[in-house]
Amino acid sequence: MRFELMYESFFKIIEGIPLTLQVVSISTVLGLALAIIVALMRISGKKSMSIPAYYFVYLIRGTPLLLQLYFVYYGLGQFSFIRESILWPILKEPYWCGIITLTISTGAYSSEIIRGGILSVSKNFIEASGALGLNKIKTFLLITLPITVRQALPAYGNELILMVKASSLISIITLMEITGIARTIISKTYAPVEIFLVAGSIYLIINFIIVLAVGLAERKLGTVKAN
Amino acid sequence: MFEVFSFGSSGWGDEMLMGALMTVLVSASSLLLGILIGIIFAACKLSNIFILKIVANTYTTIIRGIPELLVIYLLFFGGSGAVMYIAKIFGYDGYIELNAFTIGTIAVGAISGAYSTEVIRGAVNSVHKGQFEAGKTLGLNGYGLYGKVIFPQVARIALPGIGNVWQITLKDTALISVTGLVEIMRQSRIAAGSTHEPFIFYTAAIILYLVITRLSNILFDRAENTYSKGFVSKGAL
Repeated sequence: MRFELMYESFFKIIEGIPLTLQVVSISTVLGLALAIIVALMRISGKKSMSIPAYYFVYLIRGTPLLLQLYFVYYGLGQFSFIRESILWPILKEPYWCGIITLTISTGAYSSEIIRGGILSVSKNFIEASGALGLNKIKTFLLITLPITVRQALPAYGNELILMVKASSLISIITLMEITGIARTIISKTYAPVEIFLVAGSIYLIINFIIVLAVGLAERKLGTVKAN
Repeated sequence: MFEVFSFGSSGWGDEMLMGALMTVLVSASSLLLGILIGIIFAACKLSNIFILKIVANTYTTIIRGIPELLVIYLLFFGGSGAVMYIAKIFGYDGYIELNAFTIGTIAVGAISGAYSTEVIRGAVNSVHKGQFEAGKTLGLNGYGLYGKVIFPQVARIALPGIGNVWQITLKDTALISVTGLVEIMRQSRIAAGSTHEPFIFYTAAIILYLVITRLSNILFDRAENTYSKGFVSKGAL
């Protein structure tokens, strides 16, 4: 073990934390919005809405994230109409390609979590709300949504951890976040075990904080009795 | 547009299919290694020995909390060194280099093993206590009890979970393309670079992955049906 190297590389690797957190938080927020839209499409009961949503989720869950990243970063830039479009300033940046890919990916995975959460809301609550004279929008906002949030929270916590892990892939398209910096140091110093321990501990700490925060939120929100 | 996929030396059709075969091979060997690891660590987690529990919990926590890519870098850059270190203990002093397939299998197998551990542990826990007691009453122990009574039941319950692990493992193998193993991901990168047609080749790769997941879904569904014969499904009740 080269402890001095570990000490030095620690200070280099933590410089990647802001980028990791930034990419994760932006894509999580955008992905959540996408996930809600996809989940509502899937349970809409209209085939013209639910079928595209189903295939979107199927496509994203059936292919590796790395492939999706390459597709967005290298694949789309092949066409001159994309290179000439107003989107090109965004699509040529690895940073935005990373965010777009992670957003789409978490959007697909979270939509299933949200769909499960909405479906878990007991019919009795909806009926009771109707009996109290609440309209559909009020029922959704005041009854369905809070229960969905509570039910989906544990699974969504896992999804957040998966997002932190998935964000390491953007190092492959030249972004210097935690894994990117770690990889550079490994190829310079050839000390894979030491660097792995340092970078791995940073990820474990980030994920541990997420676990604690989600656990706290779960306790704050209390439990929902189904019937 | 499709002539790039012709077979033979002029097109990439056969190379892409070979890549798909390599993906299936490395996924299958990783899954098997993962199940083996899973059985061992599930046994550790279920044992009453404190230190074994700690070891198994540390392993699953680390794998589930650290990016797969870091694990692959660790084994890619450190795998040969570790093997040489172990070989040195046994008196072999030469240079050993592991090929990309072996490193890939070990790396993805180690990741897959953490998920399999949880699946197998859950399956063992869901076998009714009476089964263990009945087996012991019949005078079975060791292989007789676990091999003949418990294992067949665990296998049946674990099958859907292992199906999920297979899907995760299949997608994780895309990451070992960074170590140079020529599977779907690597092959489509090479083809995309050489023909300047990234869109077509990444689309082809997407289709190949979807075909493999679809086919393996069908196989797992069939296996589930075969092994749950004689059991009334929950939906039917």
